Amino acid sequence: MTPFVYARADSLGETIAAGAAPDSAFLAGGTELLNWLRLGIAGPARIIDISRLDGLDQIEALPGGGLRIGALTHLNDVAQHELVMRDYPVLSQAILNAASPQLRNLATIGGNLLQKTRCAYFRAEEQLPCNKRRLGSGCSALHGINDNHAIFGWTEDCIATQPSDPAVALAALDAVIVTAHRSGGRRIPAAEFHLLPDTRPEADNVLQQGELITAIELPAPAPRSAYLKVRERESYEYAIVSAAAVLEMDGRTIRRAGLALGSVALRPWRLSAAEERLAGADVGDREALSTAIEQSFAEARPLLQNAYKIELAKTAALRAIERAARMPS
Amino acid sequence: MDFHDRHLLRLRVNGEDHSLSDLDPRVTLLDLLRERLHLTGTKKGCNFGECGACTVHLDGRRVNACMILAVSAEGREVTTIEGLADGDALHPVQQAFIDHDGFQCGFCTPGQVMSAAALIEEGHTGSDAEIREWMSGNLCRCSAYPQIVEAVRAAAGRASQ
Repeated sequence: MTPFVYARADSLGETIAAGAAPDSAFLAGGTELLNWLRLGIAGPARIIDISRLDGLDQIEALPGGGLRIGALTHLNDVAQHELVMRDYPVLSQAILNAASPQLRNLATIGGNLLQKTRCAYFRAEEQLPCNKRRLGSGCSALHGINDNHAIFGWTEDCIATQPSDPAVALAALDAVIVTAHRSGGRRIPAAEFHLLPDTRPEADNVLQQGELITAIELPAPAPRSAYLKVRERESYEYAIVSAAAVLEMDGRTIRRAGLALGSVALRPWRLSAAEERLAGADVGDREALSTAIEQSFAEARPLLQNAYKIELAKTAALRAIERAARMPS
Repeated sequence: MDFHDRHLLRLRVNGEDHSLSDLDPRVTLLDLLRERLHLTGTKKGCNFGECGACTVHLDGRRVNACMILAVSAEGREVTTIEGLADGDALHPVQQAFIDHDGFQCGFCTPGQVMSAAALIEEGHTGSDAEIREWMSGNLCRCSAYPQIVEAVRAAAGRASQ
C-alpha cells in the first residue's frame, strides 16, 4: 500500500466536502478498498472513514410504500431484516448468496455496488494490459482466458463483468440509488448506475469524485421475487451467471415482470424485451416463457470461450421466473 | 477534517484495554494483533478476505481481520482465539473440534473456531446444510469439512442427524 492519511468523518457535510478533493477515498466496510490498495488498483492520498456516520445504517418503511435502506447497513443486516425478507426476497437471497458471512458483517449495501470486476487480468498482482487498470494498454482477456467474461455490452476495450449480486436484484426491482455530493445529491436508477465500456472503459459507475451513496430506495413490495445464482461451487463463489426475477401476478398470469441477469455484462443486464413479452404469459407455460426470454438474447455476443453462458443465462432467467412465481405473495 | 499519518488507537482485546501509539493507518487489525500485540493465534492466510483464517469477533460479530484497518477499530472490542476459553476451560466449540477431530494441520482452525462460535450465537445451526453454508467463509485445505460440521453440530448441542 502506498502511504495515506486517515480521518474519521463525524458528519455528512464534512464528508462530502472532504471527499471532493482529488485522491480522496471513502472507507465503509473496507472489503473492496483494502484489496484495491494492496493490488495498486487504487492509491488514494487521503482516506475518509465514513463507517461511523450517524443515521446511514437504518432500514425504514417509506410513507408511500417501499423501503429506504441506509447505505452503511451491513449486508447481513439487510438480508436478514424482517421487511426485506418478507417484501423483497430477491434482495435477501442475492445478498445471502454473496461473499461469506464474515465479509457480509463488514461490507455495506452501498459499498457493495462499488465493487470492481473480478477479471483476473484486472486483479493481477503484476500489471498486465488492462484498459481498466491503465487506459490504452489493451485488454488481456479479449484473446486470453475469457470463459467467464461478458456476453452482453462488451467492447474490444473491455469484456469484463460486474460481480455484485445485490446490484442484480436492485436492477430488477427498479431500485433507486440516492447520493449526496457537494454540488447536491441525486437519485440514480439502479439499472443505470454501472457503466458499460463503450464510453469510458476505465470508469465503473456514474459517481463523481466525492459523491457518496447515502441510501437505496426500494419501490412497492415485491414478495413474488427470487434470485438464482449459478456458480462452480455451491457457496462462497462469484457467479458464472445469476438471474433476478420480480413478478406481479394475477393468479397464474404474469401481469408485469422485472428481469435482470448478473455476471454477463459490466452492469446488471435488464431483459427489457423479455419483460414486455412476459406480460400476459401463463407462468406455467415454459414455452411461452422461453420464447419471451429469447427476445432479449438477439443482442448477446459470445467471446471465444464463453458461448455456453448464453444458454446458461436463458435457463437461469427461466428458473428465476419460476422460482419467483412460487414465492408466497 | 483531521487527517493524520500516525494515530493513537485504543482498543479492548480479549478483555484487556490497549493504547497503541504511532500507528500507521495502513496497518490492518490482523497485523496489529499479530505483530504489535503478539497474539499470533489469529492466522494470516490469503490476506485478501478469501480464506477466513483471520476470523475474529469485533463487537461480538465475526469479521475478517485482514479486511479492517486497525485505526478504524478505535474504541471497539476484539475477541481472538486466545480470548475464547474461560481460563483453562475450553470453549465448547474448541472442545468439540478436539472431540470430533475437526482439524488436520491446524492452520485454519482458529478462524474456523471463531466463525463457529459466532455462527452458533447467530442461530445458523438448523441443519448440516445450514452449518455448511454459514461456515463457507472458512476454507480448510486439509479438507476436514465433515468433521468440522460434526464439531459445530455437537457444540450447538444438536443430536446427530
